[in-house]
Amino acid sequence: MNFGRLWAVIRKEVLHLLRDRRTLGTIITLPIMQLFLYGYLTNDVTHIPTAIFDQSKTPESRALLTAFTNTTYLDMKYFENSFDAVQRRIDGGDAKIGVLIPPDYATKLRSGRTAQVGVIVDASEPTSANVVLGLASGVGQALSTQLVVQRAGRMGVPPPPQLIDVRARAWYNPTLSNVYFIVPGVIAVVLVFITTIQAVTVIVRERERGTIEQLVVTPITGLELLLGKIIPLIGLGYLEITVTLLVASFWFGMPIKGSLLLLYALCLVFFFSTLGIGVLISTVSKTYQQAVQVAQMLLLPSILLSGFIFPRESLPYWLQLIGGLFPLTYFVVVIRGILIKGVGIEFLWKQILPLLALGLLFFGVAISRFQKRVD
Amino acid sequence: MRRGAARPREAGPSMPEAGAESPAPAVRADGLTRRFDSFVAVDHVTFEIPTGAIWGFLGPNGAGKSTTIRMLCGILEPSEGRASVLGYDVARDPEQIKARIGYMSQRFSLYDDLTVQENLAFYAGVYGLGRVEAHSAIAEWVARAGLQGRERELTGELSGGYRQRLAFGCAVLHRPRMVFLDEPTSGVDPVSRRSFWDLIDEFALSGITIMVTTHYMDEAEHCDTLAFIFGGRIIASGTPAEIKRRMPGALLEIRADPIERALDALRSVPDVRDVALFGRAIHVTVESGAAADRLRASLAAAGVAVEGIRPVRPSLEDAFVSLVERDIAAVPGGSRTR
Repeated sequence: MNFGRLWAVIRKEVLHLLRDRRTLGTIITLPIMQLFLYGYLTNDVTHIPTAIFDQSKTPESRALLTAFTNTTYLDMKYFENSFDAVQRRIDGGDAKIGVLIPPDYATKLRSGRTAQVGVIVDASEPTSANVVLGLASGVGQALSTQLVVQRAGRMGVPPPPQLIDVRARAWYNPTLSNVYFIVPGVIAVVLVFITTIQAVTVIVRERERGTIEQLVVTPITGLELLLGKIIPLIGLGYLEITVTLLVASFWFGMPIKGSLLLLYALCLVFFFSTLGIGVLISTVSKTYQQAVQVAQMLLLPSILLSGFIFPRESLPYWLQLIGGLFPLTYFVVVIRGILIKGVGIEFLWKQILPLLALGLLFFGVAISRFQKRVD
Repeated sequence: MRRGAARPREAGPSMPEAGAESPAPAVRADGLTRRFDSFVAVDHVTFEIPTGAIWGFLGPNGAGKSTTIRMLCGILEPSEGRASVLGYDVARDPEQIKARIGYMSQRFSLYDDLTVQENLAFYAGVYGLGRVEAHSAIAEWVARAGLQGRERELTGELSGGYRQRLAFGCAVLHRPRMVFLDEPTSGVDPVSRRSFWDLIDEFALSGITIMVTTHYMDEAEHCDTLAFIFGGRIIASGTPAEIKRRMPGALLEIRADPIERALDALRSVPDVRDVALFGRAIHVTVESGAAADRLRASLAAAGVAVEGIRPVRPSLEDAFVSLVERDIAAVPGGSRTR
């Protein structure tokens, strides 16, 4: 290893990067675009348009509707005069929920009998449907308890004690904000994308330009050339994570609870593994187009299987195993752990070890394959 | 002790640096062969390039020129035979060779998005030139390429001639004692070609050995020695004058009308080895000059008006065409390169 030659390659690669305005633009705008896209693209279910057929038209029925409205999940939008009209609203897609209150709702309640309320949910979109179904029974339950307590009070009897009092606390993300879950994942995905594609680009471009033919007759070694190309990309990766962290924290208010130093240190391990994958792809591809296609073919499943969007626990076992082959899978847990939970090595070593192993493996194989290609 | 000391005498001098001072040849190839699967790209070639010579390597595409150069540069292992460059064995010491040679291919391996200065600086770094040394070498080559004041221009915006000179500068910035040029002038205008050859001549005068491949016969005339490779074998070598002299048969220039009918008629004459259109005239290779009368008679019989037949001195091109034809005739089954 000759550091003069290594430095010559690094300098040249940095110049390539600085001259390539389009790539530079993509590198800066892509993460910001992705952050905004995913940051606002949440599955928080609110203000679902609702159609109502209130046959009771009493203070009691209005109290029920107010209780629904107060959850902010439902918007009481269409007051209809027949069941058919409600059905038409749902069929037509104007409303996703139908609430049906029978004429005897108030009388049954007043006489202490069980009153029935119908809730129809358009379940063609399961996420919202799930939320609303849970919500409807929750509201019903709460209202019943309230009525029982009120009635007992009127009759001068002490209210029956609540038998089970469940008190749930959402840790790490008390407002259950999707942003906290998604944004660290987006940062990881952006990093894997940029580093892999750039590694492919810098290596295949040297080949397509034909300048590699010149380099092989110089004293430069494969390792010097490879490291000279990779080191500027590591710098690029760090620039990338810094930009995304700034946007995430100042725009989306994402907290940074753990040690940034640890995160940046682990980034290096992560970069070696993703850049190694990029180099490997470029050694098996003939043209740039082919290399980028192979890269995308690998990146997409790695993103889907990483737990970035779908929890890994919900995947079938064999898919979890495949996901375990990608560095991203471990890095998503690491970055979430450090940023949102504020945990350190004592909890993250289970991710760090495989990440380290994959980094060594991919980069090691990449170096040996790259040597063969050049010599 | 160098491993090479135990080797036979022709493996190269035991003093690796002896090449420049001693009369030892800069390049020595002995039965050098390269096979790609069953295809023999280079077939037992043996030659020597004296130090300080301009050695021209000619032959059609696919004849084995680039493969030979790649073996000599130490980037392709020979399947058989051996070769040494500047006293180093190509199979055992490729790294020593790479550090001491310059190489330039027809693709002018420059980085278009880097400036003139940056391209030169990159190769200075790759060849491990010190700061001071690099500075003076870069300045020298900026001047030699005629690019003073344009150091900060992007290489991609230079014209072919400048690019060629800059590429040459990048390849020899480290003052190699041996330079390989693989079709260095393809795709460059004639004026630039001429000035490029002035540069090469100047270089050779300073004792640097040059091996050059080319398609242009006028360029071949610049060389001290020529070797013609065909089908992986060297079928002729010598000075340009020797090769022309060695051309078998005689060459006649015929002016006739209509020319197409004349071509057909000449091809059917038994003594004629080759018929080629040469501008408005026809060049005919025959066994001896005495065939002129017979040709005149055949043309007259075909109804062609003969304006003149005269013997001409063969050009290098003529010489090589006839050499190739003789080679194809000698090998059963014809050419092995196609």
